[in-house]
Amino acid sequence: MVEGGHGSSIEVTRLSHAFELHGQMLPVLDALDLSVGSGEFVAVLGPSGCGKSTLLRLIAGLDRPHAGRICMGVQRIEAPHPSRILVFQEPTLYPWRTVRQNVALGLQARGLQRKQTGRIDAALRQVGLTGFDGAYPHQLSGGMAQRAALARALVNDPSVLLMDEPLANLDSLTRIAMQAELVGLWQQAGFTAFLVTHDVEEALCLAGRALVMSKRPARVLADIEVDMPYPRHRASPRFAELRQRVIEALELQALW
Amino acid sequence: MPAYNLVETTADRPSTGNGGPIGQRIWRTGALASAIWLVIAGLTMRWPDAGDVGPTAILGFGMAAIGIGLLVASAANSYVGLSQLSRTGPWTIALALLLACWELVTAKLDLLPRPFFVSPQSLIKVYVDDWQRLADCTWHSLALLVTGYATGAVLGFLCGVAIGWWRSASYWIQPLLRFVGPVPAVAWLPIAYFVFPSSWSAAVFLIALATGFPVTVLTWSGIASVNAAYYDVARTLGARPAFLILRVAIPAALPSVFIGLFMGLGASFSVLVVAEMMGVRAGLGWYISWAQGWAAYANMYAALFLMALMCSSVMWLLFRLRHHLLGWQQGLLRW
Repeated sequence: MVEGGHGSSIEVTRLSHAFELHGQMLPVLDALDLSVGSGEFVAVLGPSGCGKSTLLRLIAGLDRPHAGRICMGVQRIEAPHPSRILVFQEPTLYPWRTVRQNVALGLQARGLQRKQTGRIDAALRQVGLTGFDGAYPHQLSGGMAQRAALARALVNDPSVLLMDEPLANLDSLTRIAMQAELVGLWQQAGFTAFLVTHDVEEALCLAGRALVMSKRPARVLADIEVDMPYPRHRASPRFAELRQRVIEALELQALW
Repeated sequence: MPAYNLVETTADRPSTGNGGPIGQRIWRTGALASAIWLVIAGLTMRWPDAGDVGPTAILGFGMAAIGIGLLVASAANSYVGLSQLSRTGPWTIALALLLACWELVTAKLDLLPRPFFVSPQSLIKVYVDDWQRLADCTWHSLALLVTGYATGAVLGFLCGVAIGWWRSASYWIQPLLRFVGPVPAVAWLPIAYFVFPSSWSAAVFLIALATGFPVTVLTWSGIASVNAAYYDVARTLGARPAFLILRVAIPAALPSVFIGLFMGLGASFSVLVVAEMMGVRAGLGWYISWAQGWAAYANMYAALFLMALMCSSVMWLLFRLRHHLLGWQQGLLRW
């Protein structure tokens, strides 16, 4: 398996998945094809309930798809692995563990905690939580809790970081600050980033590619390359142009 | 350096009671309490008893000793802060007054019917004369309680985890638990004495049964209601099933487990006393019914007092354990 440092590519081929609801099968993904290059930052946009989160869970290996295949590099994904870590919308820190113990979770689960304590300090430093290692989750603000959740993922040096609207529950000022931090972390660590979001501007600020998904069952409606250097400025004409393209792809131009 | 530290720590604490800022003045509530205890001690010794009520002198000296102790403490307060003690100020006064009333209506005025109501000094007489048997009984009760409770708590916990985690365990154990669990443990008493080789082992079984039921149910419900996202987080970080049980499910369920442990402890107290009154030939429960058989009411009260002391100490220990393990929870009740 790939151990850290550089990102891995993700190849999704003819992926189908469905949920059972009141005895009926509800198709969520239908023969989806998708390819993400190693070290790329891809944002996925689409209407609510279109199957974006399902796609992330399937790539993470938390659920098994009904049909089709997902590969990381050349290896088929069949189960969760700490080289692909999913960051959730809620920080879901364990309330009985301190920040440090929460960040140590992945290392502890793999029996590496003793040998690699230095990595915990490094991860806390990366997200700006140095000095908060003894705090309990209920003592943290929403932004700090989500930073701790990021550190909990980054300490494992993932080659793919899957993010399911990680900033959606934060206030807008914290969100803007953390968007810049996410770009920094991605540039520094070089993982492949896969971000599900509802926020068009967030997608355009962070990602190198924005995928616009259709309603359920999800297909890729548009694959838009975001060709702007970092740091990006929301007021630039290119930004407005790209935003217009995404809005059109989402079929929201009448409301914009 | 130590003296400097002491001043710093006492200055951090809030002042309580009427004592004013601690470490600066005499503890006034303490001085008042001391005076009251000394006056009551004098009255107890000088006022003639209404008959043979027990060793009045020991009671009087005891009260005087408490009074002198409080006097020393209130004077020492101007040198070393005794904030822990100063909180007890109003209670030391209330206790003195309660004891005085008790002494008055029993030993001095003889207002209450004699064999049922006893004087404070007759309780002292029991402790002096019969301390060996009382200590023995307390030890027996404690050993029985701890053995039965620990057995029930451990088995109940394991059972609850099994039901909460494995579907097949849930399928087989749950119906039994629902049908048998709600039956009061003491209802099994006649069968238990018949089936088990000794009344002691029968009592252990009954106490374990009474403890096990609430512990099982609340452990199970705690495990069942763990936020499913906690498992997703651990799995995406590479956790194996053993890690999910030991490091995720059990810690997350622990607050609920402790509710079960407290309910089980209450149930185990009552089963203990019933078992000791009905068959086990030792322990405080046995002592109480034995004393009542002889109409030795002073002995009965003495044993009751020890039982209250024992039960509340055990309860305190469980609260300490919870505080140690669940310190991360906010707003925990202190005991």
